[in-house]
Amino acid sequence: MTENIIELTDLTKQYGSFTAVDNLNLTIRKGEIFGLLGPNGAGKTTTILMMLGLTDPTSGRVRVCGIDSTSNPIEVKRRVGYLPENVGFYDDLTGLQNLVFTGRLNNLSGRAATEKAEQLLSKVGMSENSNKKTLKYSRGMLQRLGLADVLIKDPEVIILDEPTLGIDPSGVREFMELIVSLSREQGITVLFCSHHLHQVQQVCDRVGIFVKGRLIAEGNIETLSKNLFAGTPYIIEVGLGDISGGKSDNLSAEKIREFLKDVDGITNVELKNGRFVIESLRDATTDISRKIVEAGGGLNFLNKKEYGLDDIYYRYFEGGENNE
Amino acid sequence: MNDTVTGKQQTKLSGFFSNLLIRKRLETDDEVVHPFRVVVYKEISDQVSSWRFIILLFIIALTCFGSMYTALTNIGSAVRANDPEGTFLFLKLYTISDGTLPSFFVFISFLGPLLGISLGFDTVNSEQTKGTLSRLMSQPIHRDYLINAKFLAALTVISVLLFALGFLVMGLGIIMTGLPPTPEEFWRVVFFILVSILYVAFWLNLAILFSVTFRQPATSALACIAVWLFLTVFYNIIVNLIAKAIAPPEMATTNQVFRYQEIILTLMRILPGELYTDATTTLLMPSVRSLGPLTMEQIVGTIPGPLPLGQSLLLVWPQLTGLIAATVLCFVISYMTFMRREIRSR
Repeated sequence: MTENIIELTDLTKQYGSFTAVDNLNLTIRKGEIFGLLGPNGAGKTTTILMMLGLTDPTSGRVRVCGIDSTSNPIEVKRRVGYLPENVGFYDDLTGLQNLVFTGRLNNLSGRAATEKAEQLLSKVGMSENSNKKTLKYSRGMLQRLGLADVLIKDPEVIILDEPTLGIDPSGVREFMELIVSLSREQGITVLFCSHHLHQVQQVCDRVGIFVKGRLIAEGNIETLSKNLFAGTPYIIEVGLGDISGGKSDNLSAEKIREFLKDVDGITNVELKNGRFVIESLRDATTDISRKIVEAGGGLNFLNKKEYGLDDIYYRYFEGGENNE
Repeated sequence: MNDTVTGKQQTKLSGFFSNLLIRKRLETDDEVVHPFRVVVYKEISDQVSSWRFIILLFIIALTCFGSMYTALTNIGSAVRANDPEGTFLFLKLYTISDGTLPSFFVFISFLGPLLGISLGFDTVNSEQTKGTLSRLMSQPIHRDYLINAKFLAALTVISVLLFALGFLVMGLGIIMTGLPPTPEEFWRVVFFILVSILYVAFWLNLAILFSVTFRQPATSALACIAVWLFLTVFYNIIVNLIAKAIAPPEMATTNQVFRYQEIILTLMRILPGELYTDATTTLLMPSVRSLGPLTMEQIVGTIPGPLPLGQSLLLVWPQLTGLIAATVLCFVISYMTFMRREIRSR
């Protein structure tokens, strides 16, 4: 299970004086769903092109499935399915015919390709539309067809470049679930490239954040937030229900502030919009709740603020820009 | 394939054509075909089932039969006594006209470029704008498969079309005149068709070159048409202007006149159309013995008579080489440009 299926070593790509990818080191394990996140123009697509051997790196090495992509792109492309951003199909062919064409390019016979294409079309829920010309397909249908197109070669790895672009939210959800179930079922490694954090957050085992050609962080979301927000205090929000009813908040607030200050590690307590916002150096939620209850206060709200991908993303992007 | 989901005529018509051809077979075949051939098959079936090809086929077939008709009605008066080409009656089918409609080979020299351009102008850029190029390139095929396969497919279509037309004219000629062609005539016609294919291939490659250079199919089509117009209309005007400017005085020596003629001819021979006309006239009119000026001394004492095929071919060898070189040059430039290009989605 811990076999590395994609290994990028000191990968650099320069266009003239512009560095699109800067000393990228990345390994992706077999069966993993990895999200490569970054803003537009961060070099994600360039990295993918290098993985497929469609463009040569300026320096560094790419190995996919143990094969060097630069020197042996055909073997890599046999094992890797790539769904490009804004995938297109031949308008005057039906969905099925498009798939059969791809299948035949991957050394399937006509009959085998047709059978396989029909199977995949039903898997992605496109059976009824398989004999319609792709000209009439909606964006979501095209993406599904694209997924079937990628799967027809029985890939070990699939690379999806902005796969959710232009699909409505429920479509995105279905599409992502489809990918995840396929990946788990067949043990396919998935590399997602996207700038949509939330969609990626839901499905990825690990993410890498990629800004201006550099991978600035990598890991699962917990580790990322731990690394990133190390040193910044925990934020705990507390809401109190007043048992004595109608008594002035200020009084109890003063009192509570007093005794909360005693809790180990708490640095600041503030009252904002009727809620206490507590900064703490450690995870003090249990202590706080105990204190309040002991003091006879009614605790009706306690929230430890978690850093989501959004915060991580923005934090890193800021960081990325500051470094320049 | 059940292509009749929509009642649109195009669906029906192109569906009919493609079913007639290879698409259907491609889906039920048990054989594993090499990816290169898969691309070629697809390109051929795309070309043949496209509207533009059907229209062009219609135009070309119509004009060919028109010229064929005028040739047949005039063939009686075309044969004169003492005509050195009297024995090549059959070739006259391709060359004579009564002035109302141009002859077969003039038609080909005019419509050939159009055929080449229309088959090639969107070769690469339409794949790019449709977003299929990056998907295709991520399949396990070499990058040059695409451009080679497209070229080969278009060339196949052109060859089949021109051979069919040429032989159709020949067959109709046999039926109408009751004369079979001699082997020499047959081979002359075959070479004529081959030269025609070469000529159309030049325009095809020019169109492919523009399709690699320009991102929009419309731009590349316009560029091709511009080049075609320039070469067929404006270039002649320019050469005429130059000819007037450098025309030798009336009292000039033979040598001067000769040199002047040579310059004008050289200028004209930059034109692929001129090369093609030179080559085909020589092939179809065996009595043509020189494509340059001849002095009186050279002609004196010659007996007007046809050249054997080998000699005619020898005569047009430079023209053929020129055409081949121009074709190859266009292809090489487009190949290199395409191979170096980084392919991103649209």
